[in-house]
Parts: sequence; C-alpha cells; structure tokens
Amino acid sequence: MHDSILTYARSRYLWIAVALSAASLIAYIRHDPGGPPNGGTWLGYTLGTIGALLILWLMFFGIRKRRYAGGVGTLRGWLSAHIYLGTTLILIVLLHTGFQLGWNLHTFTFILMLIVIFSGFFGVYVYLRYPTLMTRNRESATRDAMLEQVVEIDQNALALADGIDPKIHGVVLRSIQNTKLGGGVWTQLRARDGSDLALDSLHKAIAAREKHQDMKTTEMPTMFAMVDFLASRATDKQGEAMRKLIDLISRKKGLATKVARDLQYQAMMEIWLYVHVPLSFALLAALIGHIVSSFFYW
Amino acid sequence: MAERFKIAIIGSGPGGLSAAARAAERGESHVLLEAEEHLSNTIYRYQKGKFVMDEPGILPLRSLVPFKAGSRETILDGWDEAAKRLKINVRYQHEVSAIKQGPSNGFEIKCMNGQTIAADFVVMGIGLQGNIRKLGAPGEDLPFVQYQLDDPDEYEGETIAVVGAGDAAIENAVALSKQNNVVIINRKDEFGRAKKGNEQAILKAIEDGTIECYYDSAPERVDALSVGRKKGRMILATKNGKAQIMLDRVIARLGATAPRGFVEACGVVFPNKDPASVPAISSQYESNVKGLYIVGALGGYPLIKQAMNQGYEVIEYILGQKVEPADAPLLKAKFEKMPGFRSVDEALARVQKNVRLLAHITPLQLREFMLDSDIRAPKPGETIFSRNDYTNTFFSIVEGEVQVVIDAEKNQRVTLRRGEFFGEMSLISGRRRSASVLAGPNCVLIETPRRSMNRLINSVEAVKREIDQVFILRAIQSRFAPEAATEQLADIVAAAKLERFKAGDVLFNEGEVGDSLHLVRVGSLTISRNIGGKDVVLSYVPAGNYVGEMALMGESRRSATARAAIASETVRLDGDSFKKLVNRIPVLRLRLQSEYRQRTAANLAMQAMPGGGDIISFLLAQGAGEATDILLIDESLCVRCDNCEKACAETHGGTSRLDREAGPTYASVHVPTSCRHCEHPHCMKDCPPDAIHRAPNGEVFIADNCIGCGNCERNCPYGVIHMASKPPNKPGLLQWLMLGLGPGPGEAPYDKKQKQVATAKKAVKCDMCKGIDGGPACVRSCPTGAAIRISPEEFPAYAQSRR
Repeated sequence: MHDSILTYARSRYLWIAVALSAASLIAYIRHDPGGPPNGGTWLGYTLGTIGALLILWLMFFGIRKRRYAGGVGTLRGWLSAHIYLGTTLILIVLLHTGFQLGWNLHTFTFILMLIVIFSGFFGVYVYLRYPTLMTRNRESATRDAMLEQVVEIDQNALALADGIDPKIHGVVLRSIQNTKLGGGVWTQLRARDGSDLALDSLHKAIAAREKHQDMKTTEMPTMFAMVDFLASRATDKQGEAMRKLIDLISRKKGLATKVARDLQYQAMMEIWLYVHVPLSFALLAALIGHIVSSFFYW
Repeated sequence: MAERFKIAIIGSGPGGLSAAARAAERGESHVLLEAEEHLSNTIYRYQKGKFVMDEPGILPLRSLVPFKAGSRETILDGWDEAAKRLKINVRYQHEVSAIKQGPSNGFEIKCMNGQTIAADFVVMGIGLQGNIRKLGAPGEDLPFVQYQLDDPDEYEGETIAVVGAGDAAIENAVALSKQNNVVIINRKDEFGRAKKGNEQAILKAIEDGTIECYYDSAPERVDALSVGRKKGRMILATKNGKAQIMLDRVIARLGATAPRGFVEACGVVFPNKDPASVPAISSQYESNVKGLYIVGALGGYPLIKQAMNQGYEVIEYILGQKVEPADAPLLKAKFEKMPGFRSVDEALARVQKNVRLLAHITPLQLREFMLDSDIRAPKPGETIFSRNDYTNTFFSIVEGEVQVVIDAEKNQRVTLRRGEFFGEMSLISGRRRSASVLAGPNCVLIETPRRSMNRLINSVEAVKREIDQVFILRAIQSRFAPEAATEQLADIVAAAKLERFKAGDVLFNEGEVGDSLHLVRVGSLTISRNIGGKDVVLSYVPAGNYVGEMALMGESRRSATARAAIASETVRLDGDSFKKLVNRIPVLRLRLQSEYRQRTAANLAMQAMPGGGDIISFLLAQGAGEATDILLIDESLCVRCDNCEKACAETHGGTSRLDREAGPTYASVHVPTSCRHCEHPHCMKDCPPDAIHRAPNGEVFIADNCIGCGNCERNCPYGVIHMASKPPNKPGLLQWLMLGLGPGPGEAPYDKKQKQVATAKKAVKCDMCKGIDGGPACVRSCPTGAAIRISPEEFPAYAQSRR
C-alpha cells in the first residue's frame, strides 16, 4: 500500500543510518589519537574512506534511477536509503575532519558536500509538501485541460469584446497578449501570469467613475467614458455583454493563476536538482583533489 | 430472361475475388457481383497508406491473386491488376437484394439495380462489415451526403450536419468543428451509447456552443439547392415540430446493418441469436442451403489469407475436385504429437469420437478448432496448470486421465477421464485457476485458447449447454461440498439457474426476504448498506464467491444490498434445496458460519470508517471492478517526475503505455490511464489474428502477430491501447553519459518532426513487464512509492489503509 519514502519498509534505512552514526560517534569518543583528532589517524582514515565510498554510492543513485529494466530493489528503497545515509554523511565527515576547518581545499570539499546535502533536504521537503498542494490546486483537471480552457475563454472574451466596442476589444486583446504562462525559471518560480492587466484597468475605470460621478464626460479618459456610457444604459445589451466580459476575464484570471501555480510547484520540485546534481559532480572532483593532495603531503 | 452463369460470387473481398480468379482461370462461366464501384470495399475503406499484414505467417497462400504484407494501395493495385489479367467477369454496383432457389436447379439472384442473374452455385463472401446504414430519407444519395470521413481537415468554413450519436459521429463532429460550423443530429435525447470520453467531449462542445445539437430529431428530407450560398438544406422532424438547416454537407454515421438478416433471408440458418455466432458450414464451405457456399469472415474466418485460400478451394469443391485444405500440413504437424497418429482424417475422427463435447460440431468447425488448439501429451505427473495461474485455455481429454488436486494438504484429488474436459472455470470467470491439474497415465489433451472456445460456445448451443451444466456442478462442489458425491448434488444442480445482471443491477435489497443464494460466476458484486440515507459500500465480491447464504441460515431478511459492480453472471441456488444440502452435510454449516463471522467483522470495520466506502465506490466507478490489477497513484506522494512513464517507454521499445497525468482523482487516489488487465479483456473481443493473450501471472499482452487493425484500441473502454511503430534505437547509458550521443535514458527520441517512414504500426499496451524480473517497471521506478498496482480484492484493505 501507499506510504512515504521516509517510512518505507518501516524506516529500515533510518535505523541503519542511526546505527552507523552511533558507531562512528562511539568510535570517535573512545578513540585517543594522542593529539587533536584529525583525518590522519587510523579512525580519520577509516571515517574518510567510509565517507568517500558513501559519496560514490550516493552518486550511483543517478545511474540506478536510469536503469529502468534492471537494478536491485525498487527505486523507492534506493531513495529512502539515499536520504538517510546521505544525512549520516554530515556526521561521519565532520568526525573525519576532527573539527579542523580552515581556508583550504579540504574544507572547500566539506562545504560543497554540505551544500549538496542541504539542497537534498530542500528536495525532501518539496517532495513531501508540494504533491498535495499541486493536487489541491488542480482540482482534478490536467494542466493541458486548464490551458485549453484559458484559450477558449480568451476567444469567447474577444468575441464578446468585439461586439461591445473596438476599444474594449483592444484592451482584451492586450490582456491576452500579456498573459504569459511558463517561460523562464524566474517567471515559473514567481507564478506571475500578467492576466490581471485588463481586469485591473476595467476595475479602475469603474471605481474611478463611481468616485467622480459629477465629472463631465468630456473630461474623462476613454475608458472612463466607456464605462460611464455603458453603465448609464444598464439595460442595454452592451451593458450585459460588458458584465459577462468582466466575468469571463475574472474566470480566466483564476484559471491562469492556477496554471501559473501549477507550474510553480512543478518548478520547485525540479529546481533543487539543478543545484544538487551539478554540485555533486563538483564535489566528486574536489573529493578527488582532497584525496590526492592528502596523499601527496603525507 | 436472366443471364445465366455456373458460379455467381457475391462480394469481391479477398475470399470472393480469389474464388472468381480461380473460376476465371479454369474457364468456368462465372460472375463476381460487387455492390460498390471498386473491388474489396472493406480494404478500400482502410485509411490511406495503412499497412496491411499477412498473418498467419505459417499458412501458405493458395490463390492466383497476389497478397503480401504491404500498404493498402499496393495490395489493392495488385488485386485490380490480377482481376484484369485473369479476365474476371466483375459487375460493379450490383448490390444483391435477394437470393432465391430458382424454379429448376440453381439460384436466382436479384440485384438492387433491377438486374436478375441466374446461377447454379453461389459463393457468398460478403464479410461482416455489412452495408452502411443510410439516412433513410429522400435525398440520401445526393452528392453532398456522405457516409464516411477520411480527413476532417479537408473541409473548412462549411456548415456540416453530422447525423448519428455513436462514437464515429461524435469523433467526426468534434474533429470537424475546429474549422467548420457543425450541427449534430441525435435521434435520442442523450449520447449514452458512446464511449465516456467521447460523450464528455460532445457534451462540452455543445455546452460551449462550438457544436449545435438537435436532440430527439430525425432527418425527414434533404434537398439540393441551386440558388443561394449553401448547397442544400435538411428538413428535420424534431420534438417541437419541423426545423430547417441550410448546409454544405451531410455526414451520416449511422453504423452498418449486420449482414445476418440478409444471409438468413437466403435460407442460411444461424445456430442462435448471439451476434457472435456464425452459420454452420461443411468442411467444403457449403451452408445448409445446397449449392450456397460461404467463405471468409462471414463463415468465421476473419483473416485475409484464410479467406483467399477458401476462395480458391471452394471453386475446386464446386467443380468436384478434391483438394487437400491448405491447413492440412499444419494439422498434421499438430497431430504428430499424438501417440498412434496415422492420418489427419483419422485423428480428427478419433478426437470427435472420444470427446463428447466435440461430437456436436461440424467437421469444418472441428478443423478450425484444432488449428487454433494444441495437442499435448504430457508425461504422467506433469503439471498441466497450477492453482492460481491466470491462464484461461480450455482442455479436452482425448486419451488417458488427469488428476485435479482439490486440496494439496490433504492430497485430495479427483480423476477426470477420457472424454471429459476441464479448465472451464477460468474460461468463464476470467479468474485464476481454482485447482492444479496433473497429468495421469497415457494422457493426450487438446488445449484450446479462450477465443476459439468462446466462439464455439457462442455458435453451438449444445456445447454451451453441456459446459454450463458441468460448470454449475463443479462450482457447487468446489465451493460448498468437496466431500459430496455428484449424486448428492443432483437436486440442487437441477434447481440451479444462471442469471445475468448488468452493471448496477440489484441482486437483492437490504431487508428483503431471502429465498436464494448467488454464486458469482462472471464479474463481481458489491455489498452495501444504507447508512444515514447513503449507500455505503462495505465489500467487494469477486467471481468464485457467493452471497446471500445467511438469509437462508437463520436470519430471514437480507442484511445488505448486493449489486453487480460490472456485467455479471451468477448461479442462483434455490433456498430450499440449499437448506437440504446444509442439513445433509454438517461441516458445511460450520464452514459457512465461520466465513460469515469473518465477513461481518470486515463489514463492521468498513462501516466504522467514515468515507472508507467512498474510495471503493470511486474505484468501481472507474471500472476497476472488472480489473485484475490496476495502477493507482497516490497524488500526495507523486512528485510528477514522470519516471514511471519514462521507465515504461525505456522497457517497451520507446513507447510509454501509460499516461500518468490523465485520469480521475478522488481523495488523492489517482487512476492513471493504464491497462487494468480486465478479467474479460475487451481488447480480446475482436482480434482477427487472436494476438491478445493472458499470461500465467495475469498479464494481458499483445503478441507479435498483431496485424495493426486497431480493433483493440477501439474496443478498450479505458483508452489504454494505441498504435505505434518502433522508434529509432537509443545509445546506452554510458555512451550517453560519456559521449553525449543521442537522447539519454528517459528522454524522448530526437527529431520528433523528422518524417517517419511508413512502418508497420502495431497495437501496444501494458504487459505488466512480464519479461522483466522484479515486476512492473512503473512501480519499481517510482522514487517516492506513489505508484502501486493492486487487485480489486485488496480494495477494502487499501481503503482502510488510507484513513
């Protein structure tokens, strides 16, 4: 049945990670190197080796993920282990350093590792939180269906506007052109769609008209005049169409916001990988440097 | 005075054309009557460039007309050329309206165009497509009234009236509405006959105003107009009086009249009312009407090559020649496994003598049956199938005996002997094998695939009756009284009745007085109670289980409502005779009581859980009741990485067989568009080469002999089958990683726009990764465990786990 990656197989990998951490910690406390603890003692080398192997194994996840037909176990099990053992790495490597940090390649490697791990934590967070938000936001429509609906509303709105006034048509057309869903990373993450422009100008026009009711028609800008003109003939077909148009544009705004949010959630669930994965390769390179240089200065 | 020919061939499809070719070559007087203006209308109507396959590959072609797998055009050109070369006497636009036995010997054939033709022999090769149903109103043959739509993009800016309410009409209307002004005319007030997706699409289009709909309306007349901007007008009879539509085009999609009525009018007898039944014909293709022969799909042979061979052979038979049927070498290869094999004819006779069930069928049916079947001669002790296998073949015992293991622990066995059959339980219920069967000494069996067996059951009443009788007896025996002898059960079997229910039908209601018990034989039921004015589903009863026993054993009223979850069949056991049985077998009462206790406990647990039944109801509403294994995605876990789809594509030749995003969601449970491996797969219904099978673990898969006809795609109500050709190869993981060659694992192939060479498209669907260790790739590659596959029996437990 369904359960989360954290509780997978009764959190088997959590217990393994805890055991590994505890063993490292006990060894560290009981170990007396006869000087300050550091990476050069036998425990330091042991922890370092464990850490390096763990890093390699954690990176192997990228390959396992793409082995669709073969591979041991389920990807879910691998991910669960990836998360818990990856977390343990912080402690193991910290103990490996003996808390000796400085301005050098070794500490740089350590910091890279921390960035990779913490970007992973962010990943776990979004993986646990965003799927539910996404489902709730979509209300069982697919993104394509929502986009199709947006297009449809746009067309209906244009047709309606066409029947009212060329200027209104222009406003609606501009609003449609201003609606941008998706796009660059930043746009996706901010979930802005720009569909509210037309609505805003319409609302402003109405609000302004109510404020300046005593003003002469000739002194008003076109939009104000139009709203005023339409409102004065509320029974007219055009007034009816206008209200419908505002309805439509509001509905479209709601939908566009939903799509933008959907894209935002999706982007959040993917963006961290663009830090996590490249930096893990950088970490691998730094790690090689760290190991080579350690042996060089031995 | 009518023209007279020795042989009249009706229909110029593969069978008819091949027959005419042989008659022409032999210089016999013949005529080939074709209703249309071209040969072979069924194939002519295939879409342009369609790749036609030539299954079964092992069967040699015996015809003067060429036929090799290739495009529709190549094949039709070849046939046109052959018709000219052989000087076949074709009469186009001669649609036959009636065939009567003439005053003297022979037949009198009346055509729609008024011509009458006399012939000594008639070969009927009219296929199963039938005649397209026309508007049935004046003007139905006007040039702008058409009955087919090849390419909806061909039309632009027209006003088009689409007549019909089926899938074809809806698909056409929706496709045309992109560029045209479409009016759809529906005789009824709803679109209930169409697939769910199509129904939703048309209702939405009507609501949006992109398609105008006239409900409860029928065309009364179509007129051509010579003035004005529109080509014509249609007068409609609607509920509120007459209406007029000015239009450019009428597209009527009213289906086709099955040819059966016409064939019956010619005197040919069908064995029963089942639409799948075919007329009985002799081994020389002669029907019960002397001198009237039937070849091809109408006679039950849906493949092109079979029909062409029959066309050739039928002429030989008419001319009194003996031909060894083209299938003889194939049959010989099969029978050679049988100990003491001498000749095919002798072996066929032996089969028919030994197996009582097959005594009812004609020699040609037997040949066909044997061609589809396999002869097996297992060694004593060999397992024929194991309990819980998902196979659904049917076995007849020709020689020797087999042992059915009823209880493996107590080593309780039943022996079946020569002439008996087994395997009918899984065949009928579509479920797992209920017992293992081991071979006894000197055992020779015929193993018949599901489709051939179902065809036989549907076309020979006696076979159906006999199998049903045995089924009822064995079902009662295995479910209630394994220790009872057949004689003890005689009265309860005699009183048992088969009953059919449509999805949603009620077997019995809560509070009714119970007088019977139902053993589910096909389909499944739901048990529900009315709690607080709402129907709450408490459990799911799959085939092989029973309901309603408690009302017979103390409680007099039904404690819950039983409803068919899908189209189902039950064995209804009479209350009095069941009570007698319970009194006779004291263990039975204890057993029923203990099962009842378990059930009540489960129901109470379900009842105590708010909303638990809702998930089951939701799943059943998605058709999950007929599933054996369904993919569910928990949307609160799914990170939308589409790794499931990528894994599916990577393990299945580059095409994903599941669509994660599509499909309904309820309480975060998402049912993606993916195969459910139905108990009675709709896709198997009409597969000409019988390429769709069920593997022992339950996977429904499409074998390589698929001819790409698309029937399964159309028949699947869940839209999980599509036609695809093989995409180009991809580089391996390391090559991609190190050298950057081509698209990587999980990435779509490059150059989507690149013109694809017309390759054979075949149907592809989920096979549950049956060749891959570790189970379905979609589930195994889900990083967060959002994708699982479960069977309907697990629904209650699943619903409880999601509290």
